[in-house]
Amino acid sequence: MTKPSQLLEDMGFSIQTCMQCGTCTGSCPSGTYTSLNTRRIVQSARRDKDVLNDDDLWMCTTCYTCQERCPRGIKIVDAILGLRTEAVRNGIMLPEHRKVSQMVISKGHAVPINDDSITKRLQLGLDELPANVHKFPEALEQVKKLLESTGFVELIAEEDSK
Amino acid sequence: MKNLSIFLGCIVPNRYPGIEKATKLVLDKLGIDWSDLNGASCCPAPGVFRSFDKASWLALATRNIALSEAMDRDVLTVCNGCYGSLSDANHEMKNDPKLAKATNKHLAGIDMEFKGTSDVRHIVEFFYEELGVEGVRDKVTQPLDLKVAVHYGCHLIKPSKERGFGSVEKPTFFDELVEATGATSVDYADKMACCGAGGGVRSALLDKSLDMAEHKFKKITEAGADVIVNACPFCHLQLDYGQIEVKEKNGNEYAIPVLHYMQLLALAMGYSPEDIGLDMNFIKAGNILEAKV
Repeated sequence: MTKPSQLLEDMGFSIQTCMQCGTCTGSCPSGTYTSLNTRRIVQSARRDKDVLNDDDLWMCTTCYTCQERCPRGIKIVDAILGLRTEAVRNGIMLPEHRKVSQMVISKGHAVPINDDSITKRLQLGLDELPANVHKFPEALEQVKKLLESTGFVELIAEEDSK
Repeated sequence: MKNLSIFLGCIVPNRYPGIEKATKLVLDKLGIDWSDLNGASCCPAPGVFRSFDKASWLALATRNIALSEAMDRDVLTVCNGCYGSLSDANHEMKNDPKLAKATNKHLAGIDMEFKGTSDVRHIVEFFYEELGVEGVRDKVTQPLDLKVAVHYGCHLIKPSKERGFGSVEKPTFFDELVEATGATSVDYADKMACCGAGGGVRSALLDKSLDMAEHKFKKITEAGADVIVNACPFCHLQLDYGQIEVKEKNGNEYAIPVLHYMQLLALAMGYSPEDIGLDMNFIKAGNILEAKV
């Protein structure tokens, strides 16, 4: 496995220029309520600690405030997303995220239609099914084929079903 | 500028169809040429799927854009997340030939191709740029006497380098559009703070996600706002249904109605709350709107 520091440098993130000022952590809306400490993630990655297994990686709402304010111009959120990608490649993923991914594969939507929404649509005078993949089965087939082609279906499959 | 296809995303058509209705009513009233984007899928969500696998995120997003290209229309999004995904994907596909080639290879398998002929717009940005604040004000027939807490949502303006709307610390364009309806935008502490839903946090860590939402509810209540107005259905869901979830979690009750900007504008153009599904929200707007509209 590539070391986190090298991985991020390869992705073009200049984490070595981080001066550990903590502007990121101080700006983080999640860090107020969760254990997410952005400054520490950057430091851990730089020291090649096991950041891929760090739960904090999944507490970032991707609000980009830290990235906007970083005095060194480090793309912190994009770097966190890059670390998540590497985690997923190594089979590390929260069960809820696997589930929502499987939803996109099977239904074409992370939040698919339900009976309650169909009732609301009809009350509003809208078509029963929206003009998305729900109404066009051939479009859903395209989505499935595309996600098969990119390897997403394989990537998201449970370990034991691979 | 081309005519538009409406990219609805997941939450608008599948959970809050009132926003879809309001959007279509407003566009019709303004005489803007729009079409449904038949066969569209999840955008897919930027902070979630892009972080899981970028190639898959890009392929799916590009397919949605290519559907609009085939109709010779620009893509109009009504959601910050969809806007983030589709405008970023469009930008990368137009500017990175290697990436475009790899993505088109996947698309070729379903007989589609990205050509780079359409733009991706967000409805708030579109209204601000194409109609302007005065252009919107001219269309208001029913000025609204409401105190509004404007929630921009993160991905409308950030990352700023990609979005290019100026200040992310104290933007004003959305407030100006809200005030064009006759409403007053009230300032509140941590106005630019995240609703807490993005990045897969709501789906996997709901409890913490709601703490972030409740922080906003407290500050908005302190500021005496009548309603929250957003431009993102995922923020809308978090801020509306989130109030129910917070009450279940810790008993704290807030009762701040939540409107998407298209619903606010529809009211200001004379439509009723029922026309645009406001009664379908979890937090009912009834009393406040009856007294003010």
